[in-house]
Amino acid sequence: MSKKRLPNIIAVTLMFAMILLAGCAAQPSGDLEVFSWWTAGGEAEGLEAMLEVFAEQYPDIVVINATVAGGAGVDARAVLATRMQGGDPPGSFQVHAGHELIDTYVVADQMESITFLYEEEGWLDVYPPDLIEILSYDGEIWSVPVNIHRANVLWYNAGVFTEQGLTPPTTMDDFFAVAEVLEDGGIIPLSLGESWTVVHLFETVLLGSMGPDAYSGLWNGSTDWGSSQVTQALENFDRMLDYVNEDFAALSWDQATQLVIDGTAAMNIMGDWAEGYFKAQGWTPGIEFGWVASPGSSGAFDALSDSFGLPKDAPNRDAAIAWLRVCGSKEGQDAFNPIKGSIPAHTGGNRGLYDQYLQSAMDDFASDAIVPSLMHGAAASPSWQQDIIDAVALFLGGRDVSAFQAALVAAAGDAGY
Amino acid sequence: MRINRDRLIAFLMILPSLVAIAVFVYGFIGWTARSSVSAWEGLLPDYTFTGLTNFIDLFNTPRFQIDIRNTAIFTVLFISTCLILGLVLAVLLDQRIRGEALFRNIYLFPMAISFIVTGVVWRWLLNPATSLERLSGLNLLFHQAGLDFLISKWYTHPSFGIVAIVIPATWQMSGFTMALYLAGIRSIPEELREAARVDGANELVIYRHIVMPMLKAITLSAVIILGHTSLKIFDLVMAITQEGGQGYSADVPALNMWYTTFRALRFGEGAAIAIVILLTVAVLIVPYLVYTFRSEVEA
Repeated sequence: MSKKRLPNIIAVTLMFAMILLAGCAAQPSGDLEVFSWWTAGGEAEGLEAMLEVFAEQYPDIVVINATVAGGAGVDARAVLATRMQGGDPPGSFQVHAGHELIDTYVVADQMESITFLYEEEGWLDVYPPDLIEILSYDGEIWSVPVNIHRANVLWYNAGVFTEQGLTPPTTMDDFFAVAEVLEDGGIIPLSLGESWTVVHLFETVLLGSMGPDAYSGLWNGSTDWGSSQVTQALENFDRMLDYVNEDFAALSWDQATQLVIDGTAAMNIMGDWAEGYFKAQGWTPGIEFGWVASPGSSGAFDALSDSFGLPKDAPNRDAAIAWLRVCGSKEGQDAFNPIKGSIPAHTGGNRGLYDQYLQSAMDDFASDAIVPSLMHGAAASPSWQQDIIDAVALFLGGRDVSAFQAALVAAAGDAGY
Repeated sequence: MRINRDRLIAFLMILPSLVAIAVFVYGFIGWTARSSVSAWEGLLPDYTFTGLTNFIDLFNTPRFQIDIRNTAIFTVLFISTCLILGLVLAVLLDQRIRGEALFRNIYLFPMAISFIVTGVVWRWLLNPATSLERLSGLNLLFHQAGLDFLISKWYTHPSFGIVAIVIPATWQMSGFTMALYLAGIRSIPEELREAARVDGANELVIYRHIVMPMLKAITLSAVIILGHTSLKIFDLVMAITQEGGQGYSADVPALNMWYTTFRALRFGEGAAIAIVILLTVAVLIVPYLVYTFRSEVEA
């Protein structure tokens, strides 16, 4: 027997021993409460599909599917905050990955780090490093991202663009040139909705005007909010608002998307959940509607993610960990995402399950610089985010760029940067 | 000892509600007051005493300054419109017209609906699109009636969005004011009016010199009830504007409190807003309570 073969034999023996041990170890059982705000159409069905995968792998665990409807999660977050404060955490809960989780629950010492899961499951190799960075705090990882949505997408009505002889804009200058032509043609260039969608637009303009590095730097103090780069971005934003529908404050995001479908407006900057809305109206991706990265932001992927974490003193820790294993697995994510209309955070997803748009997003996700979304909880703490929401809302009242920038600088100061 | 036994039973009967009110009203007011002078931000309670910092910060934020302005505008317009409309309706109904009960119910019914429900309907009626091809709701109605000058951006007007909120609020509460006034008018002895008529007074003079002076107490009650509704208003604004209209021109303190507390998780500052609302309502209510208490003692 050569010396080289000995380690192999040991390894094989160990593997058998581990399999035996795993077989003997009790499968987790009991009740597991999974808390989320996935109550609408595709997302509720996606959750059901993932729960089925879970039930196959862990038949002894009874899942209690606890959902709280309303307000893009604002209501659910209020319920969750109350329960966490009261020492009654659910088994595992949905939370926007990044600062919403970290600044709310991690700094309050209510979460358990799950770096060990990433190591056991080999996830560190299959999730992009930029994403791991967003999920991390204090050198530890705190949640498992189930899906990825992209915020910086410009959707356009292909018919309108053909009619006007235009190509979709990729830079800020392109955008303004295209917008001028559309406005002369009696079409609203850019459709917009109520205040959170304005903040959503604002973050894509910051990203498109400053580039991914400077944009990411805004959230860790390495980019100065008072800089001329930011001023330039704010001026772009101000100018962009001249091309939107006047009644934006009264429209929900999907009503704004509807304007593009009606041909009243030509473009809409919205996260890629809008794709599901286009498809629900019977439109085919790439035929009636198309997409490009929002002006100036190609090569950057403004990401938001729903993730699940492990609360300290979870009522059934073993079952919660089993749930997180399924959430992070290729099988779990490939069950959830095609139905929800998002891409898997796991880069090994089965492309065949996803449509044309989602495949293009998967390609971009694997190659682009990934930056955290502000409006969707990844970039800043809830308190800082609210200050920015206030600043944007007040800007809409007076459209004073320098006061706007001063408010943003003050907000960053309050947040400690 | 019979009286004492009755008193004991009476005391035991009110004890549960006394305890409930002590805990759930005054206890929570106390807790909110304590939180409002604390550094509590984020999920974990932090009762470090910070004095009036939260209040000073609050009054320095542009959003809260707008809220105060909006509350003032809203309160003045809402109360005065409700009082005038309510009085006019009551006087009209007092003319012994046929089908009085029907009209009384029609005017009173809106009050039976929750502000959330009316809010959803009025959000649609007050659709702020002003370009001709996208008109809807009231704007469309005005356009078709040839009243284009009335077309408005309503609650999304960048500086006076709050005025648009007065319309649904008045629609909902003026019927209630009417009911108050009608009851007041009916309680005036008919002999007084008869006597005036005998003396040659016409109806206008009777209202001016007999009815109106006797409605003072009713007006006071109406102002108190409408006033605290308007200072605390939340549901209607939430349902119509979601986030306070364009540039917070329709924002109110209660809406600000909800977002500050439950979205930004600034519990200390949220509690400070709640306390400011409580104090403004108290400024209105306490003198009234003292006044009624005194008149009861005198009686």
